[in-house]
Formats: sequence, structure tokens, C-alpha cells
Amino acid sequence: MKLRLIEKSDLDLFVQNLINDYQVDGVKRKEGSFLYGSIKSPEELCLDFDCTVIPPKKYFLPPEETLFQFTSSPALQVTPVMESNPFILFGVHPYDIKAINQMDRIFARGVPDPHYLKRREAALIIGVDPTKVAPRSFWADMGAATVSEGFDLMLTDIGESFIVEIGSNKGRSLLEQHAKPRPATRNEARERVGIRSRISHICKKRGFAFPKREIPTLLEHSWKKFFWEEQASKCLSCGTCNLVCPTCYCFDVQDNIDLDLVHGERVRRWDGCLLHDFAKVATGENFRETRASRYRHRFYRKGLYLFRLLDDMACVGCGRCASACLPDIADPVNLFNKLREDEK
Amino acid sequence: MNQPMLEDSPYLPKWAEITRIEQLTESEKLFEMRLVSGEPLGHTSGQFVELSVMGIGEAPISISSAPTENDVFELAIRKVGNLTTAIHSSVTGDRVGIRGPFGTHFPVEEAKGKDLLFVAGGIGLIPLRSFIRFVLDHRDEYGEVMILFGARNPSERLFLHELEQWEKREDIIYLDSVDKSGPGWKGNVGVITTLFSKIHVDSSRTYCIVVGPPVMYRFVILEAKAKGIPDRQIFLSLERKMKCGIGKCGHCQINHLYVCQDGPVFRYTDIFDLEEAL
Ligand SMILES: Cc1cc2nc3c(=O)[nH]c(=O)nc-3n(C[C@H](O)[C@H](O)[C@H](O)COP(=O)(O)OP(=O)(O)OC[C@H]3O[C@@H](n4cnc5c(N)ncnc54)[C@H](O)[C@@H]3O)c2cc1C
Ligand code: SF4
Ligand code: SF4
Ligand code: FES
Repeated sequence: MKLRLIEKSDLDLFVQNLINDYQVDGVKRKEGSFLYGSIKSPEELCLDFDCTVIPPKKYFLPPEETLFQFTSSPALQVTPVMESNPFILFGVHPYDIKAINQMDRIFARGVPDPHYLKRREAALIIGVDPTKVAPRSFWADMGAATVSEGFDLMLTDIGESFIVEIGSNKGRSLLEQHAKPRPATRNEARERVGIRSRISHICKKRGFAFPKREIPTLLEHSWKKFFWEEQASKCLSCGTCNLVCPTCYCFDVQDNIDLDLVHGERVRRWDGCLLHDFAKVATGENFRETRASRYRHRFYRKGLYLFRLLDDMACVGCGRCASACLPDIADPVNLFNKLREDEK
Repeated sequence: MNQPMLEDSPYLPKWAEITRIEQLTESEKLFEMRLVSGEPLGHTSGQFVELSVMGIGEAPISISSAPTENDVFELAIRKVGNLTTAIHSSVTGDRVGIRGPFGTHFPVEEAKGKDLLFVAGGIGLIPLRSFIRFVLDHRDEYGEVMILFGARNPSERLFLHELEQWEKREDIIYLDSVDKSGPGWKGNVGVITTLFSKIHVDSSRTYCIVVGPPVMYRFVILEAKAKGIPDRQIFLSLERKMKCGIGKCGHCQINHLYVCQDGPVFRYTDIFDLEEAL
């Protein structure tokens, strides 16, 4: 692996050069929290955040997106809408890259979804290793402390400079054309290893009290437990845990029609399996009528259903659900640890 | 990311023109359609389409005609909500959007040379009719054919003309029943499972195909098993909320399966132990 190095004092110039040539989005600080947004000048870009409120999935699966536009008169006509403007996403933590990698597989498997895939292909991802751990994160225990793919460049803060790992040819030319990198020395490379293991160590303070590979089997034996009803009794069915999760991608499809009743568009919007009507059909039948069944579905989906499709759990340990859930019952660490206790 | 990039959105419908409309019952209408492009729909019995009216939305609807009637196809639709109400107010010549066909199909090939026991509850007859019509068009390729149809009351019976013909045919057995009798009804009264005592099946060579409301499956499967029909020769079609038809939106998920792609037709042995399936 060839690692490069850029001095911190050169970072602003790198960012500025990118801004000159590309649409750049990255993490910004706003009233004590961190949010992805458009970066117009290097000072706006924050690289020492712990965790953003909303994951970067919004860049590939926007909260609402037009699938096509239609006109119903004089003749019926539809025009697909697919956005693929190149952009740079600067500052994505490895756990979020892992989530994007999973989502790539979901949207490419079976019938590919070009609305997602085109946006994804248009993006250049510059990852960054975390320097801080959010209070509820447990990505180290989820095997998401580092990723080997899914980024074009990956930055690690080693004090006075950033180590830069090149993840793709696009990333290489981006770096060479917009910054002044030099090869990293062996010592500097070793420093990266040390920094990574220190931050992982901090993150490992939260995690499962048993090996996480046992979670799918644990779930296989836990379906009928009263446990779920107990846990879900405080659930507000608000769907926030779905909204903030980087591996939740369910959507609803709806038509919007203009006041002229001629023009309109079909859109998709984020949906959430915790919401009451998620599985309800027109005849009134609701395939997940109870709060407990919806609450349980989310954990089964993360720990077992998608595990069967991806061979990996669909949770990367960001802890966003845990911080966002008002009654604080959405945290996978607490839930699976309790479930395991309950089994004994 | 090196998967092939498709330019075509899988969410974009093709146009179909409504060529005939028939009122089936108070709340169901039959729509015969043809793809405007002239190409055949190309379905196999048991599959469904996503039907759309621009400005209203989309809904999954089973294809009720047999694949053999190829340049046109038929959908039978119960009026229950936004899309279905909009389509009920359309007229011959109107254009609608069609995506698909989607999903798995009945064991049309596998059951060749075997006996067939069709069990339809209510509008479950809509998808089953496609297979039944196919079998009747290829009568000599299948063994015994039995059809059991149950409706809540006489006024909810669909395809009356066809039911009459099926009843008259010598080469098939057709039996029906209603849960609650009504004016002029002289037939069987009772839930659909009561019809099982009236038939004899050669269990090892019988394929049982069941489509009906969710509550019906458990009871019908018990009857089929009691007749000795092997689990792997029982097929059913499941209904779930659907929004995309291509395994993405998550609405139709049962366990790791997506009903829109891995179903709607399932072999009983593939789902009998799946939580939330039956
Ligand atoms: C595989 C399959 C085949 C079907 N075949 C037929 C058929 O042949 N004839 C028929 O009359 N009905 C059929 N249905 C049921 C039909 O899809 C619903 O009645 C229809 O979606 C109601 O839509 P709406 O817009 O009128 O109702 P609304 O209540 O306004 O529904 C809004 C949206 O929710 C979703 N939705 C609601 N109910 C259902 C449902 N039962 N299944 C899936 N999605 C739903 C749809 O996307 C729908 O557009 C089938 C359902 C499935 C899953
Ligand atoms: S678990 Fe928490 S965040 Fe999720 S729906 Fe329930 S109350 Fe809302
Ligand atoms: S389930 Fe919670 S911790 Fe896991 S990826 Fe989703 S939001 Fe993050
Ligand atoms: S209908 Fe969207 S996943 Fe099946």
C-alpha cells in the first residue's frame, strides 16, 4: 500500500483547489452538532467531528427524489430524472463508508437501481479516520474501524500532517492535481497504525458482552420472546431510528401533481419500518400491526435478514439511533446485550 | 463499483391502452389491455404488474389472463383505495402505466402430467384464473383438475360466466361455496375448507395451488396435508404491501425474502417455518 502525506498547512489549499473544480460537500459544525452540507470555503470544513446527525446516505438516496416527471396532456409522456453531477464528499468516517458499501450492494443486486447507482458513481469519497468517538458509537466492535474499499482517498490526522491512502485511480489523480503530496515514510505509516488502534481502543469501551458473530444465531432463537413487547413498550413509533441509520434505505413512492393537473412527478421518500402503516395494505390488514412486531423487525433486519443477504450485519455501530431515540430504546448494544442476558 | 450501468429506470412504466372493461361485481372490474408498443406482456401465470395512473400512483395487480392470450392481457381490480378507485373511473381507450411482469410464477411446467387442485378464496381467484385458463387451454398436458372456490357471499363471486362453464365441463371438477348465503343462492354454504370432504385426490401426484386472504392459508394447508398432499407440492401466493416491485423499497419483506421478487408465489416448504409468512 502506497501512502502519501500532506502537511496540515497545505490542507486548506487542497480543499480550495477542489472547491474551484468541483461541488464539494463535507461536515460542518452547527450549534454543537455536525451536519453534511455544501462547503464553500476551506474554513467551513470540519474533519475532527465525532459523528454527524444524518449519515451521508442522503447524497445517494435523498430524503425525497424525483424518479420521473410526467405530462398527461396532450399526450402522456414521461421523462426519467437521473442526477449524476460529479461531486466530492469530503470527510466520511470508515463506518459510514462501510454502510455505503453495503447499500451499493443492495441497490446493485437483482434489478439494479440506476437512480442510486448513478449518484454513487458520480461521487468521489474522501474518507477520514475519526479523531473523536461519539458517546454512543461502537463501530470498533462492529468491525467498522477501518475499511479497505469504498473510498477514493482516506485521510488520517497524525498531528502536523495527514496520511493519505489512495483508494482508486480517480483518487490518485485528484490528489496529484489538487495537492502537493509526498510519499509517507515508514515511520509515518506506523504512526497511522498507532493512531488507529488508539481510537479503536477508546471506541471499544462500548460493545457487546459476547462475540457479535453470535447475534444472528441469538436472533434465530428469540422470536417469540415476551422480551420484545417489554422493550417496545416505550416505543413512540416515530421512525427516527430508521431516519438516522446509514443502513436503512426503505422508501415510499408517491405522485405529486401540479395544480394544472397536467404536469407532475413520481417521487420516492425515505420511509421507516417502525412507522405504523409501513406494512399496512388497502384492505386494512397490517402485516406488522403491533409496536413490538415493528420494533423487533428492525433488529431482525439488521442482525439476521440482511445478514443472510450480505453475510454481514447491517449495523455499522455509528450509534446514531441510540443518540436520537427519545425513550432511548433503539441502541443495538443495549438491546443485544439484554437479549443475550435474557437467554440465560 | 463495476456493475453494469443501466440507463433505463426500472421505475419507468410502459404504456398500455384499455381495450375493454367489464363490471364483474359491485366492487370489481375487469380491464383488458394491450401494450401500446404492440409487444406481448410476456408473463407466466402467477406474476403481477405494477399498474399506474399518472398523478395517482401505482399498485401491484395480478395478471388474470393466461399467457396464451398474448397480445392482450387482463387485470381484475377491486376498488379499495386511491389507485384502484382511479382505475375504476377510467374508460376504454384510456392509457395506463405498466411495469413488469414481476415475481415468481405458479409451477406451470413442474405440474405437467400431474393432478391439480386449485383453491381460491375471494379475489384470490384473480391470479389463479390465469393458471386455470392456461391449464384448460392445454387440458391434455395435465391430469385431474379440481377447482375449489369460496366467496364470502354470492354477490362477491367473480367471473360468473366462467364459473358456470367450469361447472359444466366434464373433464374437471368444480365446487364452490359461500360463507353466508344470499338471495337466490342454492349452492353450498360454509367456509372453503368444507369442500375438501367432497373431493378425492391421488395425493402423491397432486399439486395444490392456494390463493386467498391471509387468514385462509393456515386452514387450507391443514386440509391439503390431511389429504396427504406432500408439502413440496403445495404452492401459495402471498400478498404484502409493495412500493417498488424490484426488491428495494423493503415494504414486502418477510424475513430475508422480498415478496415482490422471491414471491408472490412460494412453495410451501420454502416458507412454512418463516416467521411472519403465514
Ligand atoms: C402481488 C399482488 C397482487 C395483487 N393482485 C391484485 C389483483 O389482481 N386485483 C386487486 O384488486 N388487487 C390486487 N392486489 C391488491 C392491490 O395491490 C391493492 O388493493 C392496491 O395496492 C390498493 O391500492 P390503492 O391505491 O387503491 O389503495 P391505497 O390504500 O390508496 O394504497 C396506497 C398504496 O399502498 C400500497 N398498497 C395498498 N394496499 C396494498 C396491497 N394490498 N398490496 C400491495 N400494496 C398495497 C400500494 O402501493 C398503493 O398504491 C394485489 C396485491 C399484491 C401484493
Ligand atoms: S425505537 Fe425509538 S427512535 Fe425508533 S421508532 Fe421507537 S421511539 Fe422512535
Ligand atoms: S442500527 Fe443504529 S448504530 Fe447501527 S448503523 Fe443503524 S443507526 Fe448506526
Ligand atoms: S415491493 Fe419494494 S421490495 Fe418488494
